[in-house]
Amino acid sequence: MATGIRDKVAILGMGCSRFGERWDSGSEHLAAEAFSEALDDAGIEKNQIEAVWSGSALDNINVGNSAIPLAMALRLEGIPISRMENMCATGTETLRGAAYAVASGAVDIAMAIGVEKLKDTGYGGLPAPTKGTLNDLWFPYGSAPAGFAQLAAGYRAKYGTSREDLKRALAHVSWKSHQNGVKSPKAHIRKAIDKDTILNAPIIAEPLGLFDCCGVSDGAACAIVTTPEIARSLGKTDIVTIKAMQLSLSAGRESATADWDGSYVRNTRIASQKAYAEAGIRNPREELSLMEVHDCFSITELVTMEDLGVSKDGQAVNDILDGFYDADGSVPCQIDGGLKCFGHPIAASGLRMTYENYLQILGRAGERQIKDARIGLSHNLGGVPYNGVAAVSIIGRYEQ
Amino acid sequence: MQVKGISAYGAYVPSLRMSRKAIAQAHSWALPSLRGLGKGTRAFCSWDEDAITMAVESVRNCLKNGADGAAPIGALTFASTTAPFADYQNATSVAAATGLPSNIQASDASGSLRAGTSALLNALQNSRSESALIVASDCRLAKPGSVQEMHYGAGSAALAVGSDNIIARFVGSESNATQFADHYRRSGADHDYYWEERWVRDEGYMKIVPATVNTLLEKTGTPADAIQHFCMPGTLARLGAGLAKKLGINPEAVVDNFAADIGDTGSPQALLMLIAALEKASPGERILVVGFGAGCDALLLEATDAITEYQPAVPLSTVNDHARTVEHYNQLLSFSGQLQLDWGMRAEVDNKVSISQLYRSQDQVTGFNGGECSSCGAVQFPILSTCVKCGSTEPMSRKSLADESARVATYSSDNLQYYPAPPMYWGLVQFDNGARLLMEMVDVNAESFDVGTPLRMTYRIKQKDDSRGLHRYFWKATPF
Repeated sequence: MATGIRDKVAILGMGCSRFGERWDSGSEHLAAEAFSEALDDAGIEKNQIEAVWSGSALDNINVGNSAIPLAMALRLEGIPISRMENMCATGTETLRGAAYAVASGAVDIAMAIGVEKLKDTGYGGLPAPTKGTLNDLWFPYGSAPAGFAQLAAGYRAKYGTSREDLKRALAHVSWKSHQNGVKSPKAHIRKAIDKDTILNAPIIAEPLGLFDCCGVSDGAACAIVTTPEIARSLGKTDIVTIKAMQLSLSAGRESATADWDGSYVRNTRIASQKAYAEAGIRNPREELSLMEVHDCFSITELVTMEDLGVSKDGQAVNDILDGFYDADGSVPCQIDGGLKCFGHPIAASGLRMTYENYLQILGRAGERQIKDARIGLSHNLGGVPYNGVAAVSIIGRYEQ
Repeated sequence: MQVKGISAYGAYVPSLRMSRKAIAQAHSWALPSLRGLGKGTRAFCSWDEDAITMAVESVRNCLKNGADGAAPIGALTFASTTAPFADYQNATSVAAATGLPSNIQASDASGSLRAGTSALLNALQNSRSESALIVASDCRLAKPGSVQEMHYGAGSAALAVGSDNIIARFVGSESNATQFADHYRRSGADHDYYWEERWVRDEGYMKIVPATVNTLLEKTGTPADAIQHFCMPGTLARLGAGLAKKLGINPEAVVDNFAADIGDTGSPQALLMLIAALEKASPGERILVVGFGAGCDALLLEATDAITEYQPAVPLSTVNDHARTVEHYNQLLSFSGQLQLDWGMRAEVDNKVSISQLYRSQDQVTGFNGGECSSCGAVQFPILSTCVKCGSTEPMSRKSLADESARVATYSSDNLQYYPAPPMYWGLVQFDNGARLLMEMVDVNAESFDVGTPLRMTYRIKQKDDSRGLHRYFWKATPF
């Protein structure tokens, strides 16, 4: 019986570049920025890193395929570096690779790094990717916001929520993240926006308006991991360990059968239940100190509150409007601004979320520090709600 | 010899109608004389429709209206002057999308607006099949500011020809080939070139048609006043009435030429008028159909007793029920490719079709067949190697989704994605038989559209590959 990776892997150091429209920086600069912070934080030398998982999601507009560009950028010679791509879960996937390498005993020190340079396309939003020669023949290629907006139609139909009530809850989601982003020095968007402006913004994909969509940003984030014992031997006293890392992918049930009603994301439910079991969490609403979820669009954050089991099904609208997830609420969500305001350089996002949880648990989050952060959950969604990948990871204080 | 005739029909006209007043107004700064023609509407193709997609819809309607009966269909002729392909048989594309078997005789007919009547005549006289389909389809392009731009329409007509259950029997025909250039279009050219209307009428229609029709009436022993339905295509003013008078045909017999709301559809026009006549005809009534272009075809048909029992599921008389009148003249130009808007960088995508992949998955993509699992019965699209429900790897049988009833499961209207007719509606379509897939949704009325809205399937262009010319065709969902 597998025992999982709970407390087998410690985070030795982390780094995160400033996110945003980094017109002055290429992928190689962003990677170096996150890497050097992580290396300083870990307190080790570059040559102590034994294996690397390197994430970049959109190779056609980023640095190209393989991990060679990363090896070149950081001059990491002669060690195994794997390139990882699993849509928006890419960053978390690099951490899973590095954590598994350490947990297996294959290496003592491994690194995860995600880099994305999105602002070299010449337009806002993401480019439309191909999905293979068969899908190209029949698949309607819509935008990402319209893909996630399908949840709004499904949610309204299931719970009989009025368009207006749903829109108000969605506005609160984005309003809260804008409030939080102001206190994040590395965030892409650091500006509070009032709810009327959010509600009256131009529609991108019904019902999502401009402020219901996250920032498209350049950025990189990095984690160096080892075992708790080695971390201690390297002089770390305040240790953060990985409690769980789980992943779930669609195999067609949601998009090709009537089994899915459009009001939730099945992969998040599966991955979070497994993660809670791995981490030993019985009541996430009570036990989680904070959450960094995949708020690519406001509707995604809304259903994720139910998918993670923090809000009851059909109750996320009320919890959100009650301020349950606000900075001063019971379980602050997106305390760093989230994808919405911190930004969303795809392959860096999962690591950026872990970075915020890590800072909060260590009490290093500055102005936005919450009280007594012990357990932080991060969540990524790649692809679309009905055809995608969900990653849930949980980190916390090492208390042994 | 067995009596041949028409056993079923199907028609299709795009739902888009351009206001002629809007066309005239757009040109009024330069061409004020067009104002006199600015009445009514004309049909035009959406950006994702062409002669093939319209032909698919009219053939599907023809099959629903009885052609899919007892007699096996052995031939399909596609007639058009605006066929998308010069060499890649259009008829075969239509057959593949309408589920016709591959052991049919398929052919394309073209060369003049007479292509539709000639194809019908050929099937009536020469087809050895128990049942042959002919379909005429045209999406006519006119130069901006031309008189033709006001007149031209778009549409398709399909007819089943056979010996069983015929609703109109073939009595006789007469043809004439005359090198008469009322208009012409060189291969590869976009627009027709026309000669003076008065000459076209006086030297062309008024001489060639009467000579041909009179010979037909004579040899079949039919007095002109015994014609109850006179189908005379063309939109020159009072053309049908003038010819009826000259021929001695009753003025009431002249069948409406759809000029007011649909326009001159080209090769299908005579056949659409024939269908209109069949929808009104009583047993024994005679229908005279004329095709004009580089000479003339004249066909005489007589409604049979069976016509009283014939109940088409999709009658032509409902063709305007879903018509939507457009007041933006630029939309017509943009949809027909005559106005290149700046769609932004998102439109800069390469839409190259993998031809080997298309061939491998043709029954799914063109025929819209899902797979039915032999173990659990789940119907699914696309057909992958393993059943989505039970995981069986047994080969799946084919199950057509084209005529399955379906509803909206989820949707959004997408303003961000590049789309030639924004916003792009798309989402999950749930079929009653259990299949579900993500589809584009077209001709949507935003006010009445929501989860649960009933949908039907329509064959359209998915994406255009303007650099290689092989567009992707696939099915889209549209509200009932």
